[in-house]
Amino acid sequence: MTLPYIANTAADRQAMLNAIGVASVEELFADIPAEFRVDGLNLPSALSEPELVRDLSSLAASNRPVDSMPCFLGGGAYRHFIPSVVGEVIGRSEYATAYTPYQAEISQGTLQTAFEFQSMVCELTAMDVANAGMYDGASALAEACLMAAGVTGRRRIAVLSTVHPHHQAVVRTYAFGRDLAVDVLPPDGLALSGEHACLAVQQPDFFGYLQPDIEALEKTAHEAGALFIVSVDPISLGLFQPPGEYGADVVIGEGQSLGSPLSFGGPYLGLFACRQQYLRHMPGRIVGRTVDAQGRTGYVLTLQTREQHIRRERATSNICTSQQLVALAATVYLAAMGRQGLRQVAELCYHKAHYAAQRIAHLSGYSLPFDGLFFKEFVVRCPQPPSEVNRALLERGIIGGLDVSQHVENGLLLCVTEMNTRQEIDRLVEALAEIGGSG
Amino acid sequence: MKSGPRQPDIGARLTFDLSKPGRRACSLPACDVPAAELPERLLRRELSLPELSQVDVVRYFLALSRLNYSVDSGFYPLGSCTMKYNPKVHEELARLAGFTGLHPLQPSETAQGALALMYDLQRWLAEITGLDAVGLAPAAGAQGELTGILMVKAYLADRGEDGRTRVLVPDSAHGTNPATAAMAGFEVISVASDRQGNTDMQALASALDDGVAALMLTLPNTLGLFDPNAGRIADMLHDKGALLYGDGANLNALLGRARFGDMGFDVVHMNMHKTFSTPHGGGGPGSGPVAVKSHLAPYLPTPVVEKDDDRFALATPERSIGRVGLFYGQFGVLVRAYAYLRSLGDEGLRQVSENAVLNANYILARLRQAYHLPYDRRCMHEVVFSGSRQRAKGVRTWDIAKRLIDYGFHPPTVYFPLIADEALMIEPTETESKEALDAFCEALLAIDREAEEEPQVVKESPHTAPVGRLDEATAARRPVLRWRREAGDGS
Repeated sequence: MTLPYIANTAADRQAMLNAIGVASVEELFADIPAEFRVDGLNLPSALSEPELVRDLSSLAASNRPVDSMPCFLGGGAYRHFIPSVVGEVIGRSEYATAYTPYQAEISQGTLQTAFEFQSMVCELTAMDVANAGMYDGASALAEACLMAAGVTGRRRIAVLSTVHPHHQAVVRTYAFGRDLAVDVLPPDGLALSGEHACLAVQQPDFFGYLQPDIEALEKTAHEAGALFIVSVDPISLGLFQPPGEYGADVVIGEGQSLGSPLSFGGPYLGLFACRQQYLRHMPGRIVGRTVDAQGRTGYVLTLQTREQHIRRERATSNICTSQQLVALAATVYLAAMGRQGLRQVAELCYHKAHYAAQRIAHLSGYSLPFDGLFFKEFVVRCPQPPSEVNRALLERGIIGGLDVSQHVENGLLLCVTEMNTRQEIDRLVEALAEIGGSG
Repeated sequence: MKSGPRQPDIGARLTFDLSKPGRRACSLPACDVPAAELPERLLRRELSLPELSQVDVVRYFLALSRLNYSVDSGFYPLGSCTMKYNPKVHEELARLAGFTGLHPLQPSETAQGALALMYDLQRWLAEITGLDAVGLAPAAGAQGELTGILMVKAYLADRGEDGRTRVLVPDSAHGTNPATAAMAGFEVISVASDRQGNTDMQALASALDDGVAALMLTLPNTLGLFDPNAGRIADMLHDKGALLYGDGANLNALLGRARFGDMGFDVVHMNMHKTFSTPHGGGGPGSGPVAVKSHLAPYLPTPVVEKDDDRFALATPERSIGRVGLFYGQFGVLVRAYAYLRSLGDEGLRQVSENAVLNANYILARLRQAYHLPYDRRCMHEVVFSGSRQRAKGVRTWDIAKRLIDYGFHPPTVYFPLIADEALMIEPTETESKEALDAFCEALLAIDREAEEEPQVVKESPHTAPVGRLDEATAARRPVLRWRREAGDGS
């Protein structure tokens, strides 16, 4: 068998062995003690390219993607429109098959687009500086909490209970590493102590609602000497006030909504921005603008003394990558949507979600348990357990919402974006009416 | 040189500078529902995103893509990064709507194909590493390391071994290893290498006591050498109640040849974007699954994929360290890794390691007359030379790297590992042909001659890149990290 991804022919191999001065390839593996050498692994036999296409296509076909039926599921991963220019750009192998731009002279494509990304994240969040990207919003939040602990020298992290439970979980995992305590606090009667390094809040919160009094949260954090960390849905920033305007010290976000598909949960993108004064505590790659000897503008990885390859055990984080290609997708998305497009996407989400909520609230047996202001997600209290409602919706060819009955009695978290047509929403409403026994 | 029109300073113009009010690159549907009332007080007043037409967007990003060197442009021997060719069919398959259109929270019965893929990948990675269980959740190699070390920490804590506060890291390790151990709350103790480039067994013995939680060993190590004492090291650690962590970044050399589990490693992370040919993306997304022996399996991060009869489902291991990411890992990357394994099979994997090691040794043989070999023995998948002879002529490794750009190659990893002076770390991978290796070796031999005859040419290189050497000192001292409207020129 000759693999298409290996170029050496038998004659090449022989010539190379002669040049090396060994009789066989086995001699090159002589440092591996005989007792540890293996001969043959239990793996399925190789497939040719057409067979591979058949195998994976059949796996893909056994899934039911959200494009095949109306979907009202959010909860941290969102279906938004992706303009075709995004796929065109990130599909270019000049971007996709390069690596970390250690050699700036031949990596200006990656570096300049990363600088664009940082600039756009700063504009979107109204913060001073941003890094070039992180794994996802959840790990970005965890890194933000560790950064706050580093900045303040304090050992407790406060997270509001309305932060996405998966984000809370990742914060706990990272905190376990650094031996930090995590306090999950309810918004009512919130109080911080002088031991808290930060207060992390989500806007809109896990249930889709805007904080009723974000200024009060900011004040609570700062009066305790803690950093105020805000986790955002970047699409919402097309419409709502950015965290930089209400006193955030660090803003993180899940960037999947910006030009990346749902893709069963990954790859996604962590956005991370902060105030200038914390720049040198910031984790992750940072790209800076400079010039060459002839005065031409160019971009380089900079402030690397924060990073693991220089600072080793004293680095701000062990992260080495910036989820670069996903950050590029976000950059192209924001360039393509632009000032007007992002606002329009956000408004469409807002109006459609409100239309859906209003119609569902009128159904007998259903109600909206929260009366706050929401963006594109909201909680519905169902007449039956949400798991049953979801099952009944699926039977009717609709992917329902997220079961949040752990948090809200019979609560179903629904998400409506610009991708949902009025027809789809009406279908959902009719189906819910039927399921609730009033249809 | 003929004087044509002056080349534009492409780096000086960002999308923000190209913006013109009123332009759009994407059309969106009109609102088909009654408008709801917007809360004026909470709306943002200004959003300074660029306004471009679609052709502006395409031309801007296409022009920038041309400034990048990539695996598809040519030989990219960046040591320890395994820049192998990325099969095109994988890109096509990973973009199937049946994969990209799956919501992570949709009912598992509607995502059985995706879960089956993850389940098989877990099994195959366990088989390749000789370990018992695999978790796919870590987003990158560095997060795989953190996951692995946190599992060690949780395991030891459960056994009442909280007193183990130190992690040993050989001085040949990647910077991530000590950074990871520190993130997991451990004190980092460096262990020296011996003159052959292996772990210094005496240094190890004297550093090893009841306060040690684990040793993090890269195998083959960053000198491209297989440490023949790996099995003994595992025994020594286990005798002291400590665990052996394997950095699997260099797994390419061992595919189908030797397995971490057989040598006594307790936990290993792998890099899908290195060994399993998923595109590096300019610096991510990667993917860093962890493989463990059965005693650590209950500590794997949530979720793992389990099979019950013919149904696949997500599950949380009993003593899981918790979540390391929002959902289940870099699924799109895992699809490509699955495709790679499926198209190679056992025999293909052996051909990978065979040709990777053969190619590296061929470069070693061709360049050893001109470049100093600080650890003079056969290598595995990569070879580390020193530019010390050229330095004596006034040309540094950094200059050699830059001059390679003029010859049409991506430079190797330089100044790493730290234990080789003026290091040039060359990893050719198995996908390169003898002709490509010959051309690269000829270039390095020519640069060696240039170092003698016209060193200034080397020291002022690159001469043919889109930009010359950039002023990194000023970039760090007076950081310009974003575009700003006020000046409009980024300053």
